[in-house]
Amino acid sequence: MDTLLQQIINGLIQGSLYAIVALGYTMVYGILELINFAHGDVVMVGALVTYTVFSFAAAHGMSAGPALVLAVAASIVVCVPLGLFIERVAYRPLRRAQRLAPLITAIGVSILVEYAAALIWSKQYLSLPELVKPTPIQIGGASTSDLQIAILLISLLMMGGLLWLIKYTRMGKAMRATAQSHDLAGLMGVNVDQVIAFTFALGSALGAIAGVMQILYYGIGHYLMGFMLGLKAFTAAVLGGIGNVQGAMLGGLLLGLIESLASGYIGDLTGGVLGSNYRDVFAFLVLVLVLVLRPSGLMGQKSGDRA
Amino acid sequence: MLLEAAKLEVAYGGIRAVKGIDIAVDSGELVALIGANGAGKTTTLKALAGMLPWTAGHGSFDGKPLREMPLHQRVRQGLVLVPEGRGVFARLSIAENLDMGAYARRDGDIAADMERMYALFPRLKDRRTQLAGTLSGGEQQMLAMARALMARPRLLMLDEPSMGLAPMVVELIFKTIRDVSAQGVTILLVEQNARLALTISQRAYVMESGLVTLSGKASDLLDNPKVRAAYLGE
Ligand SMILES: Nc1ncnc2c1ncn2[C@@H]1O[C@H](COP(=O)(O)OP(=O)(O)OP(=O)(O)O)[C@@H](O)[C@H]1O
Ligand SMILES: [Mg+2]
Repeated sequence: MDTLLQQIINGLIQGSLYAIVALGYTMVYGILELINFAHGDVVMVGALVTYTVFSFAAAHGMSAGPALVLAVAASIVVCVPLGLFIERVAYRPLRRAQRLAPLITAIGVSILVEYAAALIWSKQYLSLPELVKPTPIQIGGASTSDLQIAILLISLLMMGGLLWLIKYTRMGKAMRATAQSHDLAGLMGVNVDQVIAFTFALGSALGAIAGVMQILYYGIGHYLMGFMLGLKAFTAAVLGGIGNVQGAMLGGLLLGLIESLASGYIGDLTGGVLGSNYRDVFAFLVLVLVLVLRPSGLMGQKSGDRA
Repeated sequence: MLLEAAKLEVAYGGIRAVKGIDIAVDSGELVALIGANGAGKTTTLKALAGMLPWTAGHGSFDGKPLREMPLHQRVRQGLVLVPEGRGVFARLSIAENLDMGAYARRDGDIAADMERMYALFPRLKDRRTQLAGTLSGGEQQMLAMARALMARPRLLMLDEPSMGLAPMVVELIFKTIRDVSAQGVTILLVEQNARLALTISQRAYVMESGLVTLSGKASDLLDNPKVRAAYLGE
């Protein structure tokens, strides 16, 4: 059935973006037990920087290739320092405070980034100049494009790269050790502050690229786009088991699929009463169900396993 | 002196747990620190390792000022602590735990050192791919010890390595401590089992409610009537 295949393709592409953003939440949570609510907004900044670069490129007759390279570079150059700044200014001073304080700060930072973005980019919906012209591709009755396939492949590549980094590099080992115990990692000679900063930088870099891909996929950006995207990515992280890197990947892809399939069939199932505009509901239905039925997520450890 | 601390004070909130003590350990020595529960032994080791800030006092390690030196820097200088209650990375494998032990090192053949640890503790070798959280208490103590040795410490601080272990395992751990000491590694040992600690060490400090009340040659302390009455159960 071609609608089924179509929904699966759509779900995988959006899901891979959720996964990349979810990684930012889950890595920070793994190390600080903190939900960095501003992460979705970092992704938004990546998307809007892309809008600015593309507007500039279009005005100067630049072609798609260089514009894309420039957009990725610029959004990383903006988002990584932004993530580092948020960690340094908002979270580090509260590291030994009670848990509610950083949570409130996280929400505050999120709002701050959103309204700073509104000042820079206005509160309008911004449509991305059409520099990139996707070539349609037909796969067994379903349609996609080279752009969409590229988004999926790049996302999967980044996930693979991250798993490799965490498993085999010196910094990856330090991250895993720090996630278990800051004190113990410090006793091994790990510079814990540096590892935490690196985690924010890495999450923000992934988020920046996700932002570029998100605005390329939808063609529209908005200063509040990080809110919904962030909530869904957070849901994906919880679904996979917050703190678990593979879990975030699985959770992101699954959430994309669930959302896409559910919104694709909801019209038929409810006899047309509910339409696909209800798609956002499913993400939160999933969140509620996971929290009730399996709070540790699909791949999460029980909290007792944390050293 | 390799390690020196003078007038060291450490407080939790407003409460002083260590109230101005002088401790010094010379290169190659095996020094014990004994005392009753709550005397401040763990607090002292944590302050020396850099896990707790000093509220007063000053110190040095290998001539470098210690008080402001960050935790991870001290490890790189060779000042290594095996914390109370072992503290292994439960969700890392045994091999990965050992590898973390060598994290601060930039030199040498880490794989060869790992083999040496497996030779020292064959039980760890059999379980090298197993998660450390699944090990028994004794095995975890062996792992914690082996991991600390992977750092090639110049001064190894051990906080109650015998706690809660079967006599056979205690024997193995203490044999290892003696061997490591014989190889020239300086050791500062905190131990509940005062007799055992005084038997293997050259010098010792006795702590009581945050203060060092006695110190000297271990053999003299073993004969000291006060020590015999308070810590050797005589
Ligand atoms: N985290 C903490 N917060 C507040 N007080 C503490 C803390 N840790 C230890 N103390 C107090 O500091 C004092 C010294 O404790 P410490 O753990 O250093 O003793 P110890 O000599 O190692 O005892 P033990 O033989 O039981 O391990 C005790 O009175 C203890 O209650
Ligand atoms: Mg103690």
